[in-house]
Amino acid sequence: MVRFIFRRLLQVIPVFLGTTLLVYYMVFALPGDPIAALFGERQPPQSVIDALRAQYNLDQPFWVQYGLFIKNLFTFNLGVDFTQQPIADSLARAFPVTAMLAIEALIIQAVFGIAFGVFAGLKKGKLFDSTVLVVSLLVIAVPTFVLGFVFQLVFGVQLGWAKPTVGANADWGNLILPAIVLGLVSFAYVLRLTRASVSENMNADYVRTATAKGLSRPRVVIAHILRNSLIPVVTYLGANLGGLMGGAIVTEGIFNVPGVGNKLFQAIQRSEGPTIVAIVSVLVLVFVITNLLVDLLYAWLDPRIRYDQ
Amino acid sequence: MNSVNVSIDEATAPVRPILEIKDLAITFKTGSGEVKAVKNAHLSIMPGETVAIVGESGSGKSTTALAAIGLLPNNGRVSAGQILLDGEDIAHASEKRMIELRGSHIGMVPQDPMSNLNPVWKIGYQVRETLKANGRPDGPEDVARVLAEAGLPDAARRAKQYPHEFSGGMRQRALIAIGLSCQPKLLIADEPTSALDVTVQRRILDHLDKMTTELGTSVLLITHDLGLAAERADKVIVMYQGNVVEAGPSLDLLRNPQHPYTRRLVESAPSLASRRIQVAKEQGVEAGDLLAPVAAAQDRAQDEVLQIKNLRKIYKLRQGIGQSADFAAVDDVSFNVKRGTTTAIVGESGSGKSTVAKMVLQLEKPTEGQIVFDGVDTAGLKGKELFKFRRRVQPIFQDPYGSLDPMYNIFRTIEEPLRVHKIGNAASREKKVRELLDQVALPQSMMQRYPNELSGGQRQRIAIARALALDPEVIICDEAVSALDVLVQAQVLNLLADLQDNLGLTYLFITHDLAVVRQIADHVCVMEKGKLVETGSTDDVFDNPREAYTQALLDAIPGGSLLLPPAVA
Repeated sequence: MVRFIFRRLLQVIPVFLGTTLLVYYMVFALPGDPIAALFGERQPPQSVIDALRAQYNLDQPFWVQYGLFIKNLFTFNLGVDFTQQPIADSLARAFPVTAMLAIEALIIQAVFGIAFGVFAGLKKGKLFDSTVLVVSLLVIAVPTFVLGFVFQLVFGVQLGWAKPTVGANADWGNLILPAIVLGLVSFAYVLRLTRASVSENMNADYVRTATAKGLSRPRVVIAHILRNSLIPVVTYLGANLGGLMGGAIVTEGIFNVPGVGNKLFQAIQRSEGPTIVAIVSVLVLVFVITNLLVDLLYAWLDPRIRYDQ
Repeated sequence: MNSVNVSIDEATAPVRPILEIKDLAITFKTGSGEVKAVKNAHLSIMPGETVAIVGESGSGKSTTALAAIGLLPNNGRVSAGQILLDGEDIAHASEKRMIELRGSHIGMVPQDPMSNLNPVWKIGYQVRETLKANGRPDGPEDVARVLAEAGLPDAARRAKQYPHEFSGGMRQRALIAIGLSCQPKLLIADEPTSALDVTVQRRILDHLDKMTTELGTSVLLITHDLGLAAERADKVIVMYQGNVVEAGPSLDLLRNPQHPYTRRLVESAPSLASRRIQVAKEQGVEAGDLLAPVAAAQDRAQDEVLQIKNLRKIYKLRQGIGQSADFAAVDDVSFNVKRGTTTAIVGESGSGKSTVAKMVLQLEKPTEGQIVFDGVDTAGLKGKELFKFRRRVQPIFQDPYGSLDPMYNIFRTIEEPLRVHKIGNAASREKKVRELLDQVALPQSMMQRYPNELSGGQRQRIAIARALALDPEVIICDEAVSALDVLVQAQVLNLLADLQDNLGLTYLFITHDLAVVRQIADHVCVMEKGKLVETGSTDDVFDNPREAYTQALLDAIPGGSLLLPPAVA
């Protein structure tokens, strides 16, 4: 097991170098001069422009820029963004907000998705099952930005159940509305995955044998149907956490959540290479680690899977 | 039959059956209305008695047994009749009552040991929850004891393992342990060993016999093999299309079958046919007419179409990074196959018999050794020559469900090899397909249908037609009839024998079923752990087995202890 984890962590190195290089190159290749864009209509003196270019290494060829970036990264110096704020500071502010939002959304989709999915799967073809299926299809079909605005208007403004926007002070309570919107789409997938998995496992031979042993229905469902059905669901949820941690640009935008998605969107608009690549680098790490955790969880859930051989 | 008399004092009462089924009918709700799976089933099992229900798939034998333990699928229900368990009618008992009865009063040993243990729980846990649910002591020592009683060696340690770390035979022992753990009065054993190798099958059935005798458990044994039923059960009940067509003491039924269906079963069960040949020989009767096609084949020209010389196949097993151990799946195997004859390779799973077949078919490369086909070493065949070789050597595989493409209709399935080998034009190919369907005795109207619309036996006929399309000289049958019911099996074997007579085909028959071998093969090669342990003519091997392993395989044929008349009139 230790060897497997070590090998997986070694894989991070090429993945990390590859993604940062790719992202850095794409930012570099964007049309337009980011420094000129900073000043808008005004024409600053050439000396100011040159100084800024030198500060962000924009006067260097691509490979030198990238090399300097990586060098700084290894000395934990992420540099400053175009407003002269240290990038590390703004990331340190944005990541906890996004992490909170992601975890809240994950809990919502896991709890409700699995619960509804199990009941629908056990009562396949009945009214509850059909209703849940249609609703989940609707949720999948409606785009997030529509869902987001509707929720904001109905629950935030008209009913006043939750704050319509989050703003600077993000806490668990304030984030509930965006978390629901963010969790809803995956909720529908979790539900459908659970339902399919439960209704398949219900007909498994070992479930019939478990019943024949004289076990009560709840025990058969919990020990023999649920545990086996959760294996694919947990895998999906784990992989999804990585996605949620990347920040949801649309949802964070609608509810004005000062998270990673928002930061990334602003940085892209300003062609702020260093900030974009810094955020992406952290995201790559988050992805690799959550995937590793999912693999370990998978082996724990399903004893047939062993990574050492 | 004992009359049920409830009012008399228990001690003096005539013994009451543990299970009595009266006029049972079971219907299934399907998309096209209600289907009667069981129309009229009746049986009774006395305490300590073993009763077998015999029938082909779809006869309603498993459905009847499932109804007795209240495990009918959701769309099935008991529509008439009674199921009396120790006098109590449980045909419509509440789920709560059934949960009380299951495990403690009725135990079950299911058919397929591979799929009946939950893969994510340890064996010990799955035994323990049974004990717990039925209020028995469930400490680790109890779990180990129960497993040990079922014949699992080193039970305390084994209990901590997962099902995937068990062999099929060990899993079935664990399932028997579970079924008998709470000492039920009735055990339902649904084809308990049909998924296992013959020798393992015998050991497990012997052990099950011993356990149920000691515990005084009544057993309802479900099987499709009449020989096995007759050997293991006191009474046999024959079911056909949802009805009990015949019932009686095992030997009576076997010696003197009344119903035409039972007669057909008695005639075609391979284990019984093989036994008949043996009895005939012991009594000095020439068994020639019992195996007519084989006798005819022996007169043909005897050139050796296949010569296998010192064949070896080594697989590398990975053991950690950069390390590997050699595993000899096939180890120094040599034998010859004469044209127009049938050679059988027998052995248990893991003996390497299928690997030999794959190498002959050029689907695997031998590590060492030669396969000479019609005087030419096949190792050198490439491109066009290999393509030509494939035309002359065709396979028929075990699983008629898995080996036909579900998206191809029957015409396309049979025509494909002709098209691939660019034989004839569209019209002549269609004519050929029609001829082939005639040869395998299927109606030509079947051409437009798809594999999922056909039965297992029909599919296997399609597979045979497809193999014959290119007029091959050699056909490799890899467990070609193992997945079929006995009657269908007999039909397919007869078909293969007829085709051999008419077309002069050579068969290489891979099987674990010695009873089948006895009926069809001229020569037998017995394989064990990759090595060829015995080879000779079928009669020699069956009458004078030289190796202990061959003897063990022969002993494992069900029905070996039955005394049968040499031939059925």
